Amino acid sequence: MRGTLLIARLTWLETRRRRIALAALVCGLLFLAVFASAMYFGFRHVAAQEGPVDAVGMRVAATVLTVAGLYVVNFLVTAVAILLPIDSLSGEIGSGVIQTLASKPVDRAAIVVGKWLAYLAMTAAYLALMGGGVVLSMRWFADYQAPAVLGPMALMLLGAAVMLSITIAGGVRLSTITNGIVAFGFYGVAFIAGWMEQILSLFGNSTARHVGTIVSLLSPADAMWRRAAYELQPVTAVILQAGPFGVVSVPSAAMIAWAAAFVVGVLAFAAWQFRGRPL
Amino acid sequence: MPENAIHTAALRREFGRNVAVAGLNLVVLRGEVFGFLGPNGAGKTTSLKLLLGLVAPTSGGGTVLGAPLGNTEVRARIGFLPEHFRFHDCLNARELLYFHGRLLGLPARGLATRIEALLLRVGLDGAAHRPLRTYSKGMTQRAGLAQALLGSPELVFLDEPTSGLDPLGRLLVRDVIDELRAGGATVFLNSHLLGEVEATCDRVAFVKSGLVLHEMELGSAAGTLDVELRLGAADGALLEGLAAFGTGVTRDDTLVRMHANAESVLPELARWLVGRGVAIYELRCRRKTLEEWFVEVMGDDQRPG
Repeated sequence: MRGTLLIARLTWLETRRRRIALAALVCGLLFLAVFASAMYFGFRHVAAQEGPVDAVGMRVAATVLTVAGLYVVNFLVTAVAILLPIDSLSGEIGSGVIQTLASKPVDRAAIVVGKWLAYLAMTAAYLALMGGGVVLSMRWFADYQAPAVLGPMALMLLGAAVMLSITIAGGVRLSTITNGIVAFGFYGVAFIAGWMEQILSLFGNSTARHVGTIVSLLSPADAMWRRAAYELQPVTAVILQAGPFGVVSVPSAAMIAWAAAFVVGVLAFAAWQFRGRPL
Repeated sequence: MPENAIHTAALRREFGRNVAVAGLNLVVLRGEVFGFLGPNGAGKTTSLKLLLGLVAPTSGGGTVLGAPLGNTEVRARIGFLPEHFRFHDCLNARELLYFHGRLLGLPARGLATRIEALLLRVGLDGAAHRPLRTYSKGMTQRAGLAQALLGSPELVFLDEPTSGLDPLGRLLVRDVIDELRAGGATVFLNSHLLGEVEATCDRVAFVKSGLVLHEMELGSAAGTLDVELRLGAADGALLEGLAAFGTGVTRDDTLVRMHANAESVLPELARWLVGRGVAIYELRCRRKTLEEWFVEVMGDDQRPG
């Protein structure tokens, strides 16, 4: 445990010193500034209009914009979860930094888990900032409160943790660029399978639904977003059926449990692989 | 406490079809400074990684400080300076040593004092606040050396420790090795700078393709001497008699060449010859340099050209 926490601290410090966290913070604030300004001017403008306000239309618009904002946040958080650890192991193996770490009285699993913990904490902080910013912007400027916030955010974090674990595991054996291609490839496959599942389910296509479910089992990150998107929308907002905000085919609670098990399993696999890797 | 610091039996490591270490049989005694010599690609670094548990053996095994290879806990008693020491270059030397100290299991209390003493010892006290990325190669190596000494190790592995160091840095490494020896620590030195090995090591092993070809003690008291004698006359019976004092006796007219095991043989040899009434015109002895040994053991195929 001492080793895990020390490696987590070292990773955290390194990410801060390399100004990675600063870059993420600046870009995140830029996104929030644009989003919040758009909401401010958009909804204040509508509210200032004379005559009757289309309350239902406003509510639907606010729902769509909340989910759309969080959709972008989810994409950015996923990218951060992949990019943060992308050269962490492969880079340290390549440069030889890992040799002095791995020759210390610390289990190699602690190196893997320590890095994972630090990156998860950073991803969570980034999600809290960005997701929180979107939700608060909607509340302040559009007077809109999503039916659930913490649950969907936890699901988004779980989806990001899936990609984080895959990238950490990839870094044990793959070079940095190969690892990036594999990780984004994993995400891309799940992403398109999710869309296929949503759109074709509208036509009652059960094969597409099964393919989507199987791909989600292999790469459950996108399924977590779909579940989050579902929970973010009031039951009345039935117009949002297909596409990234679709609620036609909702990933089940079992899929959430599977995603959590997937994270633990992939991390254990990474630790096991790293233990046997010549350094 | 076991007598051996390192013991390996038929240690082997293959990478695919490539055999990096063929079957290493090695004994390093506690408290000795041991030189591990061999040409490039002889499997020296892989052997060292096997001993440190960075690479698992394909077959064979061994012990380090009494613990089986790959044991995690024993690493608290081991120091290691890799050939090209690198660490997160955003940290400064003080932070680097702090993290390594904590990873070694040293209590935070007292660690700062130990770190300052080591920074002073390796001559980095003036640069300890600067990030490692601003360091020269030699300074990075000094930081690595401090890192290797941090846990007051019983066994220190130094892989080409003077690479990138200026003459003063080399002197520092030599002094540190002497201090470690004086403190009873064992030093395992990987190097192909033979002069450096000759100056510091008690014993050396020559390796090629991960096999120990030859082991020998260094220092004035031990090792083989080349002896050359120019005598008034030399016949078969005389040569037989000389064989009692050494090995490899050969004759070229009145010039006799032989190897003696120790300098103490020389006066006895002279007395014996005088006693037999043989005129001695010349008696020369020369210790073989490590470089000559190296070429002899490795074979001429290792010489370029």
